[in-house]
Amino acid sequence: MTEDEHREGIKGMANPGRYGIERIAYLLMRLTGLGLLGYFIAHVYETSNILRGRMGWDDFLAMTQTTEGHIFLVLVIGMCVFHTGNGIRIMLGHGGVGVGQPARPDYPYEPASQNYRHKIGIYSSIVLAAVAMMYGMAVMFGE
Amino acid sequence: MKESTIMKIHYGTALASVGLVAVHILMRLTTGFADSLSYENVLANYRSVPYVIMLELILILLAVHGFNGLRVILLELKQGRVYEKAVSYGSIVGMIALIGYGSRTIIMTNMGMV
Amino acid sequence: MAQVSSIADEQASTPLSSPKSILLRISKFNPKLDESSKFMEFTVPYQKWTTVLEAILDVKKHFDHSVAVRYSCRQATCGSCGMMINGKPKLACFTKISELDSDVVTVEPMNNFPVIRDLTVGFEKLFAKHQKIQPYLIRDDSELESDEREFLQSPEEVEQYIQFANCIKCGLCNSACPTMATDSSFVGPQALAQAYRYVADSRDKGKDTRLNIIDESHGIWRCHFAGSCSQVCPKGVDPAMGIQFLRGYLLGFRS
Repeated sequence: MTEDEHREGIKGMANPGRYGIERIAYLLMRLTGLGLLGYFIAHVYETSNILRGRMGWDDFLAMTQTTEGHIFLVLVIGMCVFHTGNGIRIMLGHGGVGVGQPARPDYPYEPASQNYRHKIGIYSSIVLAAVAMMYGMAVMFGE
Repeated sequence: MKESTIMKIHYGTALASVGLVAVHILMRLTTGFADSLSYENVLANYRSVPYVIMLELILILLAVHGFNGLRVILLELKQGRVYEKAVSYGSIVGMIALIGYGSRTIIMTNMGMV
Repeated sequence: MAQVSSIADEQASTPLSSPKSILLRISKFNPKLDESSKFMEFTVPYQKWTTVLEAILDVKKHFDHSVAVRYSCRQATCGSCGMMINGKPKLACFTKISELDSDVVTVEPMNNFPVIRDLTVGFEKLFAKHQKIQPYLIRDDSELESDEREFLQSPEEVEQYIQFANCIKCGLCNSACPTMATDSSFVGPQALAQAYRYVADSRDKGKDTRLNIIDESHGIWRCHFAGSCSQVCPKGVDPAMGIQFLRGYLLGFRS
């Protein structure tokens, strides 16, 4: 980043504080996407232990069937549900669904694209992720 | 490939994987979470052809979606001809490597080479 | 090193019947001389109607006339005085100090633009990207003969794009965009909204040309609908809406 460009850089891109819930959703979408890719790679490696036979599988499974392993899985569930819910919202938005209609703007210029439909979509994704995490905890820690 | 084509693939893989991953997770809940992960149960899953086809599809869809997502994030972080080419080709290599590694597990287990 | 000064009552352009004053922190930076920016601090009186630009001009008049600030119309029409005001991009002439609810007002040059000096930034890239999307009517018969009429439009057809024609090219949207924060090649919300402005114009025949221009690796697909551009637009253009409609054409949702 050169000084002449005066770009905010990663700090500016990742700073969700100034622009409302839409910007928080943008950041969470990135973080959950990266987290899920990391988990997916680890999961593909983890399941390859089946090729080591019963011993290999049980040894590896024992490593994941711990409190820490379960907490990690609960986080993965939350990331997965938020990424899915918010992803569907974004896809609809990208197709122009629910972003309002062009109209002559009136002061104080509330942008139609930042409307309650998309805000509800974001909050619903967060709530669904929390519910799924609680269900995941009940399943994993309840057994 | 045009960027719009790549992004259509990105959206398509996302939508398709949502349904398949949901089935994959529900399968873990049918017999109880811990039981479903027992060696016998997992082996039985891998021996079932429809389930294996679904696993292979999930593997391909998520690898394509995930690595393209990573490519997008990396392209936005830094620019430059060499860097962008490295990111694009690196993503394709990562995608193929992951699909190859996962497919090896699926095929070998399905064919009873365990 | 910060310098704190206050305007003597008889010198201020803002009438000082009001006892209210704020601490105005102005970022000073000359890329040719300085290694980093520093803040100068001034105590400035204000009234309910005093704008940030007026406060800066008071400082220029009474304390430090070297403060570099670009302005012209003072009524949110020329798009010259965009700057970061308390961390968010705003037009200084369109932002009243009383609306900021803060005793300290910090003004800095807009992010994601090269700094010329102090609060003034360069718009070369903004204008180049605007130019890139061909911001004019494209059609074979655009040169009218003397006996021909102008291109007619219904009021409904005008409504489709008139909102986007309000753009004053102030650059606030590009400054707020999270992609622009790291991606110097991204075409940006300003140019994309203007691409939609012409694509939505019933007189224009250049839709395919423009869609081809923006369908590249640092084009429209680098927008992730964070919507910060629309939140800061001082003219109600709503670039995020235009960009999603534009993308709708590329995804086949619109024709």
